[in-house]
Amino acid sequence: MNVNWYLVLSAFIFAIGAAGVMTRRNPLVILLCLELMLNAGNLALIAFSRMWGNGDGQVFALVVMVVAACEVVVGLGVIVAMYRRRLNIDVDELSELRG
Amino acid sequence: MSPTAWGWLILAFPLAGTLVIPLGWRVWPGRVAGYIGSLAILASFVCSVGAFITLHDRAPEARSVTSTLYDYTHTVGVNVGMSILIDPLSVFMALVVSGVSLLIHVYSVAYMDSDRGYTRFFAYMNFFVFSMLLLVLAANIVLLIVGWAFVGAASYLLISFWYRRATASAAGLKAFVMNVIGDVGLVIAAFILFKHTHSLSYAGIFGGAKETFSTNDGAIVAACLLLTVGAFAKSAQLPLHTWLPDAMEGPTPVSALIHAATMVTAGVYLIARFHVLYELAPTAADITAGLAAATLFFAATCALVVTDLKRIIAYSTMSQIGYMMLGVSTGGYDGGLFHLMTHAFFKALLFMAAGSVIAAMAGIQDINRMGGFRRAMPFTFITFTVGALALAGVPPLSGWFSKDSILGFDVHRGGYYLVLAIVGFAGALLTAFYSFRMVFRVFYGDPVPEAGSLERGELAHGEPVNPRTGEHEDTEVGFPGPEHHIAEREFSMKLAMGALALLAIGGGIVQIPGVTDWFDKFLEPVFANSKFVNDQPSTSAEWIGLVVGAGIALAGITTAFVMYLQRPGVTIALRDRFPRLHDFLEHRWYFDELYDALFVRPATTFGNFGRYVIESAFVQGTLVGGATGIVRAGAAIARGVQSGYLRAYALLLLAGVAALGLYFLLQAT
Repeated sequence: MNVNWYLVLSAFIFAIGAAGVMTRRNPLVILLCLELMLNAGNLALIAFSRMWGNGDGQVFALVVMVVAACEVVVGLGVIVAMYRRRLNIDVDELSELRG
Repeated sequence: MSPTAWGWLILAFPLAGTLVIPLGWRVWPGRVAGYIGSLAILASFVCSVGAFITLHDRAPEARSVTSTLYDYTHTVGVNVGMSILIDPLSVFMALVVSGVSLLIHVYSVAYMDSDRGYTRFFAYMNFFVFSMLLLVLAANIVLLIVGWAFVGAASYLLISFWYRRATASAAGLKAFVMNVIGDVGLVIAAFILFKHTHSLSYAGIFGGAKETFSTNDGAIVAACLLLTVGAFAKSAQLPLHTWLPDAMEGPTPVSALIHAATMVTAGVYLIARFHVLYELAPTAADITAGLAAATLFFAATCALVVTDLKRIIAYSTMSQIGYMMLGVSTGGYDGGLFHLMTHAFFKALLFMAAGSVIAAMAGIQDINRMGGFRRAMPFTFITFTVGALALAGVPPLSGWFSKDSILGFDVHRGGYYLVLAIVGFAGALLTAFYSFRMVFRVFYGDPVPEAGSLERGELAHGEPVNPRTGEHEDTEVGFPGPEHHIAEREFSMKLAMGALALLAIGGGIVQIPGVTDWFDKFLEPVFANSKFVNDQPSTSAEWIGLVVGAGIALAGITTAFVMYLQRPGVTIALRDRFPRLHDFLEHRWYFDELYDALFVRPATTFGNFGRYVIESAFVQGTLVGGATGIVRAGAAIARGVQSGYLRAYALLLLAGVAALGLYFLLQAT
């Protein structure tokens, strides 16, 4: 089975996600873009899994999904906390931890 | 008991005092610390007498006993025991040291009464006596050096006793540094002797030296000169003398005990003890004798113009030790040691009487401010005059016999030594003059206000000031105390001074030429192998010397009488007539200035160079500064990366991953 097209698609989605993380300032959108990047990775893992004909890649994809769920929980929690303290929903404003 | 058992007890009592007195410093009420200290020294003196008696019972050849308590080190070739040597010389020294120390302790019980450091004072004093006795009783050169260093430390502690006085601390440091120069000389001499004789005990060194060295060998001359350096630093002889006048910053009993009667005579003891070596190295002995003669004359001239009462006596001490050194280095051992003993009596007496006068002046030491104390302080006046008469060498006081015994021996040897003896006679004239300068200026003339009020029964009381600089004292601790004690009112001071006055008058009885040669006979076994043992002046020659000495002493006293009492203006006129000479003498021949320019200032300059160039610029600036600079620059880069912008971190992360990926791609192809 030829995985090239799947990989190209995965690379595109990853690039879109990365570009989003680096250019957007709204943390919600950044989280969305992170999800895009993770899912691009998942797509590649599934494609490889099909290519080799075994389940290893799928196992990894499941683990990535769990990680993504956790990450979303923490990320959304942070965003809700920011909202409650009436902070600006803008990652550039939150730069107090600079050296 | 055997002599050595007494010897160990001589050492044990002052050591016990040193330990007991400070341990109870909180609980001793009143003068108890003083009584304990005095009792310890009394016990030590009694043991010295015991050692003397038991030693005297033995046959003259058997009067040298050593005893070892334990081995200090015992290795290949280096054997050092905790050993003491009891022979006539060490017993004589122990008697003088413990006897005079006892009287000075008794004096201090009252004199130091109002000092807040009373307990500390007696602890130090006991420590000093222990160290000095260790020095004189040691049977090997290692123990000698231990005692030698201990007395230096005790001297330092007691000179800086009033440690709040800047001048006193500086004087203590000066004394310590100059003494260390001597210690180094002594230690190197010990190395040289050990190298050639392979022994550290006196018996081994003296026995080995006679076999190893021929007369005037380079090594033995060097060893003797180094011993002389040690002796001269301790005994304040030219050119290592400048510390002694400054040491007068210490309490007066300290000046009497350490800087007049005992410690400063350790150098004389050293040379007498090592006379075997000096006789093998006549060159070194002659150099020592020459310097001693120079010192006795130099110090006598300084004593003519100094106006600080204690410093006059200090210069007098240097001068008298010059006589002793002259005696022991030219072969007149009996004379030198006899003078050591009589000098201990009359000089301690002079210091005690001076202490009484200074107390009556409420701490002022300048003789320009004193006068007319004759009626106010009759006891002090009589004892001071006795001391001055003995110092001047007026017959039949003790100083007359001892000083002229030294000079008589040098006249007898002739040649170079005759020249030294003539210098000695000139010094004797000056001695008589300055002794009575003190008497006439302090006790005669119109009574100063302090003397007047004392006649009415009131002791002068002034604000405590530093007698040297006139600064007000910090009266918290470390100053002479708010009250003053004079001999007329304190029995213990009277007792000590009275006893010393009797000794200063009658001390000569032990060695009247041709009548009672007890002193010579007692010391004979020690110097039995000396070259000069059969080369002594005849009794008639000694008596001629004594008559000449008496004439010189009376001439000096008469001159002082004329200049200070009959025509009081003469000295001022002389000073104005010869201002240069007066300046020269008043600056102590510019020795302090010379040493300042030669050693102190270069050392300070070098120290400042080290402080500001090496330490500040190089070590701090370049080495330490460079290292911190590198760390700081690195930290600045790391800090710059931590911008706090989430997107910048993301970019860096991505760039890093991309770079890694690129690297693996390139590796793969």
